[in-house]
Amino acid sequence: MSAQTNAAARATPILECRNLSIAYAGRTGDVPAVIDFNLALMPGEAHGLVGESGCGKSTIALAIMQYLGRAGRVVGGRILFRGRDLLAMKGEELRSIRGGAIAMVYQEPMASLNPSMTIGAQLIEVPMYHESMERRAAAARAQMMLDRVRMADGERIMRSYPHQISGGQQQRVVIAMALLSNPALLLLDEPTTALDVTVEAGIVDLIRNISTEFGTSMLYISHNLGLVRETCDRVTVMYSGEAVEVGSVASVFRGMRHPYTRGLFASMPVPSADKNSRPLVSIPGQPPPPRARPPGCFFGPRCASFVAGRCDARPVPLSSIDASQGHASRCLRVDEIAWDAAPAPGPGNITATVGDIVLKVQDLSKRFRHVTANDGLTFDARRGETVAIVGESGCGKSTFARILMGLIQANSGSIDLAGLELSKLPVTRRNANTIRSLQMIFQNPFDTLNPSHTVGSQIARVIRKLGVLRDESGVRERVLDLLDLVKLPRDFAERRPRQLSGGQKQRVGVARAFAGNPSVVVADEPLSALDMSVQAAVTELLIDIQRREGTTLLFISHDLSVVRYLSDRIVVMYLGQIMEQGRTHEVFTPPYHPYTEALLSAVPIADQRYAKRKVLLTGEIPSAANPPAGCPFSTRCPYRIVGTCDRRPPPVQEFSASHRIACHLPREELLAMQPVFEEVTQ
Amino acid sequence: MNSRVVILLALIWFPLTAYVMFRSALGALANYLLLPAIPSVIVLYVLALRSWRESWVAIVGVSLVSFWLLMAVAAPYLPLVDPNKPLVPFLAPGGVRHGILFLLGSDMRGRDVLSRTVWGCQRVLVWGITATSVAYAVGAGCGLIAGYLGGWWDEFVSFASNVLLSFPVMVLFILVLNLLGQSGFNIIIAVTCSSAPVIMRIVRGLALDAKSRDYIQAAQTRGEHPLWIMLVELLPNVRGPIIVDASLRLGYTTVAITTLTFLGLGLQPPDPDWGLMIKEAATAALLWKYSYMMIVPALSVSSLILGFNLIADGLREMSLRD
Repeated sequence: MSAQTNAAARATPILECRNLSIAYAGRTGDVPAVIDFNLALMPGEAHGLVGESGCGKSTIALAIMQYLGRAGRVVGGRILFRGRDLLAMKGEELRSIRGGAIAMVYQEPMASLNPSMTIGAQLIEVPMYHESMERRAAAARAQMMLDRVRMADGERIMRSYPHQISGGQQQRVVIAMALLSNPALLLLDEPTTALDVTVEAGIVDLIRNISTEFGTSMLYISHNLGLVRETCDRVTVMYSGEAVEVGSVASVFRGMRHPYTRGLFASMPVPSADKNSRPLVSIPGQPPPPRARPPGCFFGPRCASFVAGRCDARPVPLSSIDASQGHASRCLRVDEIAWDAAPAPGPGNITATVGDIVLKVQDLSKRFRHVTANDGLTFDARRGETVAIVGESGCGKSTFARILMGLIQANSGSIDLAGLELSKLPVTRRNANTIRSLQMIFQNPFDTLNPSHTVGSQIARVIRKLGVLRDESGVRERVLDLLDLVKLPRDFAERRPRQLSGGQKQRVGVARAFAGNPSVVVADEPLSALDMSVQAAVTELLIDIQRREGTTLLFISHDLSVVRYLSDRIVVMYLGQIMEQGRTHEVFTPPYHPYTEALLSAVPIADQRYAKRKVLLTGEIPSAANPPAGCPFSTRCPYRIVGTCDRRPPPVQEFSASHRIACHLPREELLAMQPVFEEVTQ
Repeated sequence: MNSRVVILLALIWFPLTAYVMFRSALGALANYLLLPAIPSVIVLYVLALRSWRESWVAIVGVSLVSFWLLMAVAAPYLPLVDPNKPLVPFLAPGGVRHGILFLLGSDMRGRDVLSRTVWGCQRVLVWGITATSVAYAVGAGCGLIAGYLGGWWDEFVSFASNVLLSFPVMVLFILVLNLLGQSGFNIIIAVTCSSAPVIMRIVRGLALDAKSRDYIQAAQTRGEHPLWIMLVELLPNVRGPIIVDASLRLGYTTVAITTLTFLGLGLQPPDPDWGLMIKEAATAALLWKYSYMMIVPALSVSSLILGFNLIADGLREMSLRD
């Protein structure tokens, strides 16, 4: 203990935030965005900053970079960089630190790169400016740095313009650019959010090794607990502008001591559980608006352990739990709550009864000029069943949804919905009954509702248009019933979309899709734009309604943990083709298709009870305009058989009546694969 | 825009248009037609002051425009002499003759400049706003069609608008008015030909952006008619930039109409309008002594256009702030 204290005293933190408070100027006075934030980042340490949107995590990064803009300002506390006050620095001094000793990587790589300069020119600038290096030496450094961020073809990349390389490569370039100035501190603000999962896994692997390889300290901002577990040593959980729990990743994730952190974990699906064995428990309510935070504990109104008179009496301080792990929590009842008790079980676990086949897709293909978006899709969906279509960008899952909805027409193959052939029938020629029985939930909650009309009128329009009901009082009654169904207050009917949060808008989207009692609902990534605690609530809602109405759900997603949780069967797509399909447990356990294996391994897992096997893919997803010959996955497959996989399309191998894998690998080799996830006994 | 504002605008707009365009057909009714419009202008001004108080630019703009709007609707009831009646020529501002005070002097034919300026405002406002509205109806309609339907429709509408845009504006005006004859209604056509293509482009761009939104796809997947999607789903969401552009464009149209009458191409004498007044005073104003004949209508045009432009600036400023 004393040795540790001595060690801590000897090392000066690279970055220290002391009682930092930041506010944004509003029309009616200052709005606090970050309140009393403390952080000590040691050399070579990676610190994760986790929280939902609006919790102030990005504001902290901007304050460190002194990029707050005109509206934001630090209203209290200090930011020390190597013991010097950053807030007191001005002009030249600050400029030399920014981009030099402190570098930042943003979410959108394309926005960080200058589209009119080659990558090389942009990289060379950094050492030339910060270290007054000669051009030739700077070019050599840049080339070397590209090697170190594992970009094989550095010379070609240097000559390329940003739009000529893929998103993953762009982000590697941005990271290389940040590392070129040998920063002591690297700020990463959601660096992988815009990337596909298998590409993300590669970048995460790179980030994880930055501190050991370069000795750089990192502040890693993310909304994803799993990514923080994979990259960071310590973590701060933020809620509504406050740090609610701090500590080493191991101690926080294994023994969380704040109800919010625990709530986040309970609302995340784990890779081994499905909807019947471990239901998700969402956090009720939503974060308070920054202008109207409750007195005392900000999490109070949403907390199950809330005690009136105590929790809302005065601001709650961070109290230490385990000094050796630096573990602290902003909860008054730390010693009273039974932290290890199993989370309250969710609502009744009735297995949905799966009925007859309602939707049958046979050999469906769609080409756009030279791009084959869907190639020979064959699968079916039964009544009351959830079928997940999984794949990364460009795999053709959205094209399939558009064909199904009648927005575009297929070139060949068939879609059979209750005896009706839909693949070449545009929505304008479908009758009201067909349209009613096939509805869709859209991806972006901020786009799914028309901002100009009230929520009620938009749902009512669907009811009238689909001919469910005609008389006005009946329509009105049905609108209110639907709001009840998606658990929204009835007075929301009069509200406009801008008055709703993202999760509430998505609920309205669900209500709209179910307005006509559809038999099949297509959900296109309905959760990907929502915050973690809201995702769980919407997922539960979908399952609940589906069970009650017996609807077939086609769930399009790239997030395998959610898919595992809510689907009965999974279809894995890659570049327009089905690679594997089967019951959920069949897809999640060996034998795997090599692509499924990589996808599973790319899922970031926060839960300390699970370990996973790393499968890293090299290369990028090929363009659909120029797909590889043979198996589409052959360019990235770690098991590739040269001469076979890149020549002939893979045969479909059947492992059970429902489990099919399209792969050239011998059956025995597929059967011998090891599971990706393993439960770790503590 | 709430229903209260729409009713007030209608109360001002329809009587004023009827009064200016069809006064002879209205007979005795014409004398009372504009009475309800006077309080409407005042109420509208107060409402604007209240909801735009964050932007002093918009307040100045709406004050200028409201002043001229009030002059336009109150003209028949103000103690003004007949604007077309020759009384005393070349009287300097402030002069009194026959017991009448010529506050802004009289022109070379002896007509009261103040009276002509107030009555002229009526014509400029009515024709300017009507022409802009028609241009907007045509331009926004074409823009929605081109942006939403795309394909062959887009090709056709865009090509037609490019052809119209390739003419210099004045040449287009002269061409239209020479082919169709000189009248107020043909000015509307001329203004539409020159403005609608620009409006079309703005609306087309906005529609192209809004078209890819999920709520449009939602409407498509429930089988809505394209007309419904354009008018109910798209149009309300492109109105913000359109309103800003409309107040700017009102300024342009006012300039265009006064320029046309200045060139002798637009509205016909003897009824006063500012362009005509500037034209008639052009020779007399060569002498500094008589320059007031030109300066008064010129300042009037400028202040009205400035008013429209400031409203546009204010609206843009307020929309950026939220």
